[in-house]
Amino acid sequence: MKLHEYQSKEIFRRYGIHTPEGIMCNTPEEASKAVRQFGTAAIKAQVLVGGRGKAGGIAIATPENATETALRIMGLTIKGLPVGKVLVEQSVDIKQEFYLSIALDRTSRRPLLIASASGGVDIEEVARTSPDLMHKELIDPKTGPQPEQLELTASGLGISDVTSLSGMVDSLYTIYDELDCTLAEINPLVLTRDGGLVALDAKINIDDNALFRQSAMQKLYEENLEDLDPLEVQVKKLDMSYVAMDGDIGCIVNGAGLALATLDMISREGGTPANFMDVRGGANAFHMGRAVEITASNPRTKVMLINMFGGLTLCDEIAEGIHDTLQGLDIPVVIRLTGTNQEKGWEILKDANVSVAQSTAEAAGIAVGLAS
Amino acid sequence: MSILMDRDTRLVVQGITGHVGTLETRFMVQYGTKVAAGVTPGKGGRVVEGVPVFDSMQEAVDNTAANASIVFVPPPHAAGAILEAVDSGVPLVVCITEGIPVKDMVRVFRSIEDIDVRLVGPNCPGITTPGEARVGIMPDSIFLKGRVGVVSRSGTLTYEVVDALSRQGIGQSTCVGIGGDPLIGTSFIDALEMFENDPGTSAIVMIGEIGGTAEQEAAEYIKEHVTKPVVGYVVGISAPPGKTMGHAGAIISGGGGTAREKIEALEGAGVTVAGSPGDVAVKINRLI
Repeated sequence: MKLHEYQSKEIFRRYGIHTPEGIMCNTPEEASKAVRQFGTAAIKAQVLVGGRGKAGGIAIATPENATETALRIMGLTIKGLPVGKVLVEQSVDIKQEFYLSIALDRTSRRPLLIASASGGVDIEEVARTSPDLMHKELIDPKTGPQPEQLELTASGLGISDVTSLSGMVDSLYTIYDELDCTLAEINPLVLTRDGGLVALDAKINIDDNALFRQSAMQKLYEENLEDLDPLEVQVKKLDMSYVAMDGDIGCIVNGAGLALATLDMISREGGTPANFMDVRGGANAFHMGRAVEITASNPRTKVMLINMFGGLTLCDEIAEGIHDTLQGLDIPVVIRLTGTNQEKGWEILKDANVSVAQSTAEAAGIAVGLAS
Repeated sequence: MSILMDRDTRLVVQGITGHVGTLETRFMVQYGTKVAAGVTPGKGGRVVEGVPVFDSMQEAVDNTAANASIVFVPPPHAAGAILEAVDSGVPLVVCITEGIPVKDMVRVFRSIEDIDVRLVGPNCPGITTPGEARVGIMPDSIFLKGRVGVVSRSGTLTYEVVDALSRQGIGQSTCVGIGGDPLIGTSFIDALEMFENDPGTSAIVMIGEIGGTAEQEAAEYIKEHVTKPVVGYVVGISAPPGKTMGHAGAIISGGGGTAREKIEALEGAGVTVAGSPGDVAVKINRLI
């Protein structure tokens, strides 16, 4: 789960990391009032996708152009998400910008601290073009960051105030560890003209699998659902995985790998998928019925392709779940259903008006034919 | 021959009294797997599907001389169950549980760093050695005994590929699902090494997907160390970047982890890359 910048910064402040003074605003009027309060200020769109800067979602405003700037930003839709709120922040006198983050390193299976003197820019680009500008320290989860690692990081960044930087890294790691983060990032971390270290931006991602023990984060999670695509939210609540796409073949598949293979096969046959959907292992009849409803509710969906290979998921449960829902559909349906209890499954579906396929390739071929 | 386990493996099912644990125990026993014991704390003394249940892994191992464990314990307690299995001394632990917090798995991997134990998973479908034993949740009907080793990050996609192989009369030595999580115990490389050293395996199928760099690392390994023919299949060519596609690991980010890159790396290592499950069978047929 991604947190908004303003939520991440609230957490930062609670753990002693300095941030610019800011006000969360829900309307352009509130935003322009906040700008006038600060003099010159940054207006920053709060959306749960990356790349808002490039999309024009961040601007410096003065009291003179505050209303106009706030109206413009709050009228934006960034990667499909309308900007519903903005953070207005007092501008900061920047001397130098850095990058600082803690994330999971898959290879070493430990948290990795990354610091760079090239902050404020696309850090993935820096990592690709000049990896020597990235200072990295693997953190032992048993001990947390060690004093010598903090000193090396400070010298790697050319920061003389080791104590301040160490405090900041320690706090960032504590956040990462205590809140079950998958990412805790400050980009840019700025050194101000008066020598302070301030987190100008903040990004925290929380491990969805750990929400059961992070009640405060669970609350933010529920708040943030309002800021996401409603269809994706509905599916999330069912513990499925759904990504909207541009095409016209609605897909319901169990398993991420098989779902990806299904999309590939549709493309190979010259068709276009309307969505990615993984109903996960152990999906039951209830899940399947909802999956059919959700896919059918997309107005772009011209054909529905249900591709199930029963393992942990039982074919008769799948059939049970989709049988009634299918009757109300007015679009053609292609079903591939095989694996555990497949005979029982097809017995339930024997009167269903659907095209039957034996493999993913065959199902994709039939679906593409029906859609064109 | 096979890798990781065979008909002599003596298995403990952790979480045997749960709905999934019980059902899958029945399927494993039906397949011929020697399920020696089950473990659910507080439910020792019961018998589930003809299998005696113990309160702890240690008790189960002491009483039954078991040498492998499979974990069906729910996510909040799964990491603890894995560590309990490791402490009991079994050399193989297969974790099926999906949705374990990353921090818990970091702790597990840190704890077992210096211990000689093989963890497969988590969030994986397990291992099947056709005709001998099943330690996992793969459907029985798709397998055929033979000489092709299969390793995959996926579950259901593996079933489809295995099914396609079997329909062409191409049998399998062992099928290993290594799991789709960002942190897993057994990598492609580990499985490739085992298949390379297994006299019962004469060709290898490797099934990958978008996200991470495991396939590229495997390609490097294959180039240097694998002499047996390998057919690769990578899914997600048509996936849009920046979106997590189901598996926590399956995300294309920053131009990294695309199917195209992985396919190129594999082809560069001399791997024959297939375009569909059916094509995997066709290509394997040509190589053996």
